[in-house]
Amino acid sequence: MVHSTLLRHRQRPTAGQIRDPPGPRADTARSLTLGLAKRVIPCLDVTAGRVVKGTNFVDLRDAGDPVEIARRYDEQGADEVTFLDITASSDERDIILHIVEACAAQVFIPLTVGGGVRSVADVRRLLNAGADKVSMNTAAVENPDLVAEASSRVGNQCIVVAIDAKQAAPGVWQVFTHGGRRNTGIDAVAWARRVQALGAGEILLTSMDRDGTRNGFDLSLTRAVSDAVDIPVIASGGVGNLQHLADGVSEGHADAVLAASIFHFGEYTVRQAKEYLRERGIEVRL
Amino acid sequence: MPETSTPRGKIVVIDYGMGNLRSVWQALVRVADGREVVVSADPAVVNAAERVVFPGQGAMPDCMREIEARGLRTAVLDAGRNKPFLGICIGQQMLLEHSEEGDVPGLGVIGGTVRRFPAARMLDATGKRLKVPHMGWNQVQQTRAHPLWKNITNGARFYFVHSYFVDPTDQEYVVGTTDYGLLFTSAVARDNIFAIQCHPEKSATAGLVMLANFVAWKP
Repeated sequence: MVHSTLLRHRQRPTAGQIRDPPGPRADTARSLTLGLAKRVIPCLDVTAGRVVKGTNFVDLRDAGDPVEIARRYDEQGADEVTFLDITASSDERDIILHIVEACAAQVFIPLTVGGGVRSVADVRRLLNAGADKVSMNTAAVENPDLVAEASSRVGNQCIVVAIDAKQAAPGVWQVFTHGGRRNTGIDAVAWARRVQALGAGEILLTSMDRDGTRNGFDLSLTRAVSDAVDIPVIASGGVGNLQHLADGVSEGHADAVLAASIFHFGEYTVRQAKEYLRERGIEVRL
Repeated sequence: MPETSTPRGKIVVIDYGMGNLRSVWQALVRVADGREVVVSADPAVVNAAERVVFPGQGAMPDCMREIEARGLRTAVLDAGRNKPFLGICIGQQMLLEHSEEGDVPGLGVIGGTVRRFPAARMLDATGKRLKVPHMGWNQVQQTRAHPLWKNITNGARFYFVHSYFVDPTDQEYVVGTTDYGLLFTSAVARDNIFAIQCHPEKSATAGLVMLANFVAWKP
């Protein structure tokens, strides 16, 4: 891609006010890698302060420590880290806040936290602890005004709506809540459009059909949702190899890809995943 | 986040109640080489600072309103005249004269307008629609030399989250540009002021190097 050619074909928002940078084009690197990178996001399931599924990093002092694992992913070049708090007991809810605080002091990439978020106060607590984005799922379905209220209070860049979707018929997916146990009957694509209108800044889309299968993303679902909204969509559920990540971007039109087990068990590093994507012509930060 | 009443020689992060400044504070502490970093909403503390960081998130009209309501306008403007001053995200946008977001005036430190990414023109090279907000890691091309670019590769990626960008009247102040459907100004600088659209505090090594450069900067 030759950047200067592209620019000539683009209109500028205000002719004469936004110009090419002055001087000679010393920035030849830009013609090699141009534009916004697709993001690779490792996800950690955390309960009572410990990573649930365990990890297989050989040299971690504490394989169950979410902060140490997040640091390792940061070193590998992760673009963000997501913590999903699956703590069942409300007594232990505050533990995630300490994890987030410790993580934010050591890891200088965006941190998304989800799980059990029920109110604007919950959102604020997580942001104040150091989260950059907060993800909500069941609470958004039960109380869509929460999305609007949270977004207007803290900015839509901080609000992620997680959508757990399951195929109901070819080309039709329905939204599930309560960790995938309850079918709401709501159309997933329509819900994605709705949460965008309510003020969500991003959608974390998980295929319930694929989650845990290692058979790859539901690409039809991912594409249907991604093409339906203007906000970024993170594809989730089903990644078993690096080709799946590439497919999520190329065929699913996802803006970011999220995976857990392929990274946790040391099959691939985040860096290997990004090198693989780059070899397939997908822009990544390396 | 300690607050002290005598922050001479200190780095002050201006707090006007819009969102969480913990990330900015923590990243500065990491690179401050033992110097104290404080977060403060007190104009006197800002006035006494050696260098000032002006962050921001949320909507610019809300940010401007809070700055007025907390009586911080004069302190921000004074800091912009004579101290090493780093604007981040909305903290960059507010330095301009006007914003399309909410059609509000800014602080007018740098001439120009804050514009929204024009939805109709947000297409990539293949004609695919680009999403707004512009969220994620994009390249910053260093269009002019500046001490804050020291040890940062030209074209390094930084983390962005925004729907508006600055469009300064005087191109002389543009020190960085980024491509997202259009080439927009992602960093401006003038005298003791450096301001950037992305979030260095969330931009891994490149961001920490920039913040370290700011801490060491003697404009």
